[in-house]
Amino acid sequence: MSNQTVEAELPKYSSKDFASDQDVRWCPGCGDYTILKQVQNLMPDIGVRRENIVFVAGIGCSSRFPYYMDTFGIHSIHGRAPAIATGLKTTRPELSVWVITGDGDALSIGGNHIIHVLRRNVDLNILLFNNEIYGLTKGQYSPTSREGLVTKSTPMGSLDHPFNPAALALGADAGFFARAMDRDPKHLRDMMERTNNYKGAALLEIYQNCIVFNDGAFEVYTDKQRRNETSLYLEDGKPLIFGTDSNKGIRLNGMRPEVVTLGTEFTADDLWVHDEKDHFKAYLLARFFEDNRHEDKLPRPFGVFYASERPTYDEKLNDQVEFAKEKKPNADLDKLLAGNETWVVK
Amino acid sequence: MSQKVSRRDDVTIRFAGDSGDGMQLTGSQFTNTTALAGNDLSTLPDFPAEIRAPAGTVAGVSGFQIHFGSKAIHTPGDNCDVLVVMNAAALKANIKFLKPGGIIIANSDGFGKRDLSLAKYSPEEDPLAQIQTSGYTLIQVDIAKLTKESLKDSGLPPKDVDRCKNMFVLGIIYWLFSRDTEPTVKFIRNKFSKKEVIAEANIKALLDGYTYGNATQLFSERYTVEPARIEPGTYRNITGNEAAVLGIAAATQKSGLQTFFGSYPITPASDILHGLSRLKHFGIKTFQAEDEIAAVTSSIGAAFGGALALTSSSGPGIALKTEAMSLAIMLELPLVIINVQRAGPSTGMPTKTEQSDLLQAVYGRAGESPLVVLAPQSPADCFDMIYESCRIALEHMIPVMFLSDGYIGNGAEPWRFPTSANLKDINVSFAPSRNPDDAPFLPYKRNELLVRPWGIPGTPGLEHRIGGLEKEQDTGNISYDSDNHHAMTKIREKKRDLVATSIPDQTINEGVESGDLLVLGWGSTYGSIKAAVNDCVSGGLSVGHTHVRYISPFPKNLGDIFGRFNKILVPEINNGQLIKLLRDQFPEYFFEGYNRIRGVPFTVAELTDAIKKTLVGESITV
Repeated sequence: MSNQTVEAELPKYSSKDFASDQDVRWCPGCGDYTILKQVQNLMPDIGVRRENIVFVAGIGCSSRFPYYMDTFGIHSIHGRAPAIATGLKTTRPELSVWVITGDGDALSIGGNHIIHVLRRNVDLNILLFNNEIYGLTKGQYSPTSREGLVTKSTPMGSLDHPFNPAALALGADAGFFARAMDRDPKHLRDMMERTNNYKGAALLEIYQNCIVFNDGAFEVYTDKQRRNETSLYLEDGKPLIFGTDSNKGIRLNGMRPEVVTLGTEFTADDLWVHDEKDHFKAYLLARFFEDNRHEDKLPRPFGVFYASERPTYDEKLNDQVEFAKEKKPNADLDKLLAGNETWVVK
Repeated sequence: MSQKVSRRDDVTIRFAGDSGDGMQLTGSQFTNTTALAGNDLSTLPDFPAEIRAPAGTVAGVSGFQIHFGSKAIHTPGDNCDVLVVMNAAALKANIKFLKPGGIIIANSDGFGKRDLSLAKYSPEEDPLAQIQTSGYTLIQVDIAKLTKESLKDSGLPPKDVDRCKNMFVLGIIYWLFSRDTEPTVKFIRNKFSKKEVIAEANIKALLDGYTYGNATQLFSERYTVEPARIEPGTYRNITGNEAAVLGIAAATQKSGLQTFFGSYPITPASDILHGLSRLKHFGIKTFQAEDEIAAVTSSIGAAFGGALALTSSSGPGIALKTEAMSLAIMLELPLVIINVQRAGPSTGMPTKTEQSDLLQAVYGRAGESPLVVLAPQSPADCFDMIYESCRIALEHMIPVMFLSDGYIGNGAEPWRFPTSANLKDINVSFAPSRNPDDAPFLPYKRNELLVRPWGIPGTPGLEHRIGGLEKEQDTGNISYDSDNHHAMTKIREKKRDLVATSIPDQTINEGVESGDLLVLGWGSTYGSIKAAVNDCVSGGLSVGHTHVRYISPFPKNLGDIFGRFNKILVPEINNGQLIKLLRDQFPEYFFEGYNRIRGVPFTVAELTDAIKKTLVGESITV
C-alpha cells in the first residue's frame, strides 16, 4: 500500500534531516548521545528515503530513541519491539526497519522475542544498547550485570550469572552478530553500516556507558592505558592481533584459543585468521567473555563476529503469498463464501 | 424389508465413542448430508480435553450432537432421541442426555468385560440389560464384527479395518433417517484421494452399513424429516470459526488492504488460524508467533504499516495480550482481537464453553482503556460480526474485541451466505503525502467522530512518532500536562462511544414488543433464548427477546426498550457479567440474572422454566 508510484531520485540528506524537533532527554554524558549522533550521521548514506525508515523501540532509556529521529517511529511496550517490527516488516518489506533496545528490554522482559526474531531471520537492524544496568527504573541490576554488582536491588551484590549476548544470539542461530562501543564512534558507525547492509536479522551489541548508575562498566575497554590489552578488533580475513604494539595474537591450539606473543616463536602466520562466515569459530569468539579487569584473560572482541546470509522470513512469507496468488490468480470471494456444498431453499 | 416410515418434525441424535472412534467426523458428515437434505439444524461437538485419553475410559469419550428438523431449529437440542454409543464408557457418559423412551444404538463389541471395567461399571452390572428395563429401545449391533466382515477382502490390516467402524455406523443411521449416502461418498473420495484403498474401504463400510439397516429386523420403523420451511435462498453449512475466517477474507477484499493475522494456538480458537493460513491468495498473511504477546504486538506493527490487523486467542491468552491492547488504544490504530471464550479461570475447562470474559473484554486493562466489544450470537453470525469488527476498527481507528465462544465457534448451522456485492462498504483512507512547505502532519488531529488520520510509513512528509506515553492533542508529542491527560482520557472514551453512530438500533428479536417480561441475552445463548421465548409466547405468555450484539458501546436506543417491559431477565453462562454493565449504565431499571456455569449451553427447558418463574416472582437462583 505504499504511496510511492515512481521511485523519485533520492534527496540529498544531511544528518540534520534526521533530527526531530523533540528535546533529547538523556542524562548529560550518557553514551546514548553518541549512538544517536552516529545513527543520524549514517542515515543519509544508506540510500533509503526518509519516509521509508522506521525505528521501533520497547521501553527503557534507549527506547526513547525513535522520538529523536525524524523518521517514522514507534515507542512501544517493554520488550516487544522485535515482535512489532516483525509484523511491520512482513507486511511492508520495502521499509528499512530498525529496532532499538537495551539489555533489560531485549534480554530480560523481551528475551523470548529476541531469540525468535533471530532464528526466524526477519530482515531487521537491531541495535542493543548494553549498559549492564537498569537506568530508567533508577539503578537495579540487569541480565548482563556482572556477578556481585552492588545495585539498589542487590545491596549485598548480584547473585545472577550474566547473559553473554554474543553466545545467546549465535545460540539462537543469528545470521549476524557484531559488537561496538559508544566511546569508539568511528568503529561504531562502521558497525552500524555493516548491520544495515546485512540482509536478515542483524544484531549489533553496543557497550554504552550509563554515567549515573553504572559509570565505568566498560572502562577496561576504553581506558587508554589498558584498552589495547583488553580489546581485540576483528577484521575479516585478518589474523587476530592486539596489544599495545600489536605484539600479541590469538592462536588456535587444537580447539583452544590462546594468547601468544609475536616474535621469534610465533609470527602472524601462526595466528587464527578471522572468517566472518565460519559458524564454528564464531562460537569460539563468543566465548571470549572473560573478566578483563584481571590480567592474562582473552581480550574482548569488537567487530563482526559472524555474517552469513540466508533467506529472510519476510521474504519467504511474501514469496508464499505470491506463489499462492499465482496458483489461484482470481481470489473469488463469492466462491469462497459458497464453499463446496450448497443447497437451495425455494 | 418394509418397515413403517414415520415422519418427524425434528430429531436430535448424539454420536458418542472413544476419541479415537471418529465420532466428530461421523457427526460432521451427518450434519453436511442433513444440511444438503434441506433441514434446519444446529450442532454441538463435545470433545474431551485430551487428544487421546486412555482408550475405553469415560475421560476419553467424544460426543457430537445434532438437532435437525423440518421446522426452525435454534439449539442443538436439550436431550437426544437417538443415542449412538460405540462403547460402555460412551454409554455411561451420555445416557443422561437420552430422552425417556429414546433409541440407543450400541456397538455390542464395545461392551466386553474389559470395556465395562474401563468404564468403571461394577462386575455385576450389565448396563445394556438395565437399559432395556428402563423403557428405552435398545438396538445392539456388533459393528466391529460387521465391519470386519464387510472389509474382509479389502487387504487392509486389522487396525485400518477397525477405523472404518464409524462409517458403518453412519451407514446405518443414514438408512434409519432415509438419508442420501452420496455426499459422504464424495467426501471420502476427496479426503483420501491419494489413498484409494482406504477410500474404497470407508465407502464400502458406509454402504454396507446402509444395506445392513435395510436388511436387519432390528428396527421396527425408519424416519423421514422433510426439508425445513426456512427463508428462501442458497445455503451452506458453517461453524462459527469457519464463518469468522470467511468474514476476515471478505473484509480483506472490501477494504482493499492486505491482512495480517498474528496468532498463537489455543483451544478453541486455533481453527481460525488454520483457516486463514490457507487463504494466502486473498492477500492474507498469517503469523504463528512465539507467544500471545508477540501475536498481538506483531499485529500492531502491521496495523502501523497500513494492514488490516487481527489477533486471536481465548481467555488466558487474552489476559497475556492486555498490555499490548492498551498500547493499541493509545496508538489509536485499527486492531481486531478475537476471543473465542472457554470456561475459566486459568486453564479452566478448555473444551467447554462459557461467557465469562465479558468484563475482561470491557474493563480488563491498565488505565482508562476503552475499546469496542462485539459479540456474535450464532455460528453464521460470526461472519457478520467479524466483518463489523473489521469495519469499525478501520473506520474508527480503534481496537475491537470480537467475543465469540467455544459453543458457536465449533457449533454449526445452515447459513444463507451473502454475495460480496451485498456486503457493506469498508471505507479506508490513508493520510495523503505532504510537501516540505506544508504545515506539519498532525497525527492526533481528529475528525467529527474523533477519529485520527492513518499516516503510514512510505508516505512522504508524514514522518511521525507514536508510542505508549500520553500524547498531546493534535501533535501526538509526549505530554505530561495534567489537563491534556484529562482531556485525552475523555476523548478516548467519547471516541469509543461515538462508534454507536455507525451501528444498527436494537430491536426485539422474538415475541412481544412490549409486555410483562423482556429476556435480554448476548452471544451464544441466542438460540436457546429464542426457542424458550417462542415456547412461552405460544403458551400465551407476554414475553419478548432482545439479543445484544454490540456491547461496548451499546446501541443508542437500548434503554428505550427497557421501559416497555415490566420485568427484565438476563440469562448468562457466567456468574452475572452483562448484568453488571446494565446495572451501571441503566440504574433506573431492575435486572434479574439467571446464571448457569456448567461449561455447556442453556437447555431450552431450563430457560423456559426460569422465564415462567420470573413472571410469577419465584426465585430462580441456582
